[in-house]
Amino acid sequence: MKEKKKDFTVKADWLRGMKDGMPIALGYMAVSFSLGIVMKKAGMNPFEGFLFSLLNLASAGEYAALQVIAADAAYLEIAIVTLVANARYLLMSTALSQKFNPKTPLIHRFFVGYGITDELFGLGIGEAGWLSPWYYYGALGISALFWALGSAGGIIAGNILPARIVQALSVALFGMFLAIIIPPAKHDKAVAAVVICGFALSFLFDRLPFIHVSSGTKTIILTILIAGIASVIAPHEETGGDQA
Amino acid sequence: MKHSILLYILISGGVSYLIRVLPLTLIRKPIKSRLIRSFLYYVPYATLAVMTFPAMVESTGSPVSGYIALLAGIYLAWKGRSLPFVASVCCIAVLVTELIMHI
Repeated sequence: MKEKKKDFTVKADWLRGMKDGMPIALGYMAVSFSLGIVMKKAGMNPFEGFLFSLLNLASAGEYAALQVIAADAAYLEIAIVTLVANARYLLMSTALSQKFNPKTPLIHRFFVGYGITDELFGLGIGEAGWLSPWYYYGALGISALFWALGSAGGIIAGNILPARIVQALSVALFGMFLAIIIPPAKHDKAVAAVVICGFALSFLFDRLPFIHVSSGTKTIILTILIAGIASVIAPHEETGGDQA
Repeated sequence: MKHSILLYILISGGVSYLIRVLPLTLIRKPIKSRLIRSFLYYVPYATLAVMTFPAMVESTGSPVSGYIALLAGIYLAWKGRSLPFVASVCCIAVLVTELIMHI
């Protein structure tokens, strides 16, 4: 009898998660499709793109890794660039750790952890009380599937659409990056300074004749430099609205 | 291609997984250091800015269309337009500019 009641909760939580995750999943598909266009340029086939997106589940992280793949650079470089681009998940993971009921079996932490993204984290942390892993799986399952399918679709589209269209689609991802970094820069001067320095130093790194580094290495060096200096000069004041 | 794409995928996927799972399984404590929290807060903005420019203007057929898309994207994002809208206008800006330039 007791077992039956538990099954019911599992299914209800899972369905509720899937419902809440649907809008996220649809948004993911668009971003991941744009990433697929970049993957095609880096030489991936649809299966590789599907696997890559399924295993990484990160837009900035995947784009940074793609720079390394496109340049055919060292394996160590892809490890470090992925670490840097995804570093913020460390913070989300520690925050989500506090949402687990001490009675929840450890194994769930290994599966929920796989699915920590900005949006899914927001969903999980926003739950009242302890986090139900099954609720998280509902949202994660649909999001991860759409994310991986979007990339495969982007690669296929890159292969069949006319070159001019593919070229125009290749700026979609950058447009999305702008939509992520510009609005907070409007309200937070420190973020604005970080973005402007990022643009300027990235440009300088490409143009100065005595600097010869790959784009992956450039991303690693400049991210650590700029975020490091910003965190010392302007430590981020956390407000009540901050989830992480 | 000297390196294997599959190995690249497995390495990046492994690192992504460890970053997310280690704090949840081993550390299990909130990060208290204000400096580390601030650093992690600024990282995405720095990474995305570095990766966007000048790569965005170099990804199109000519720098002109790339710069028009960049400026249009910054303007619309500043005005608070949605992510799909900003991305779509950037694509259309490139397409239209390239068509005009090749008439």
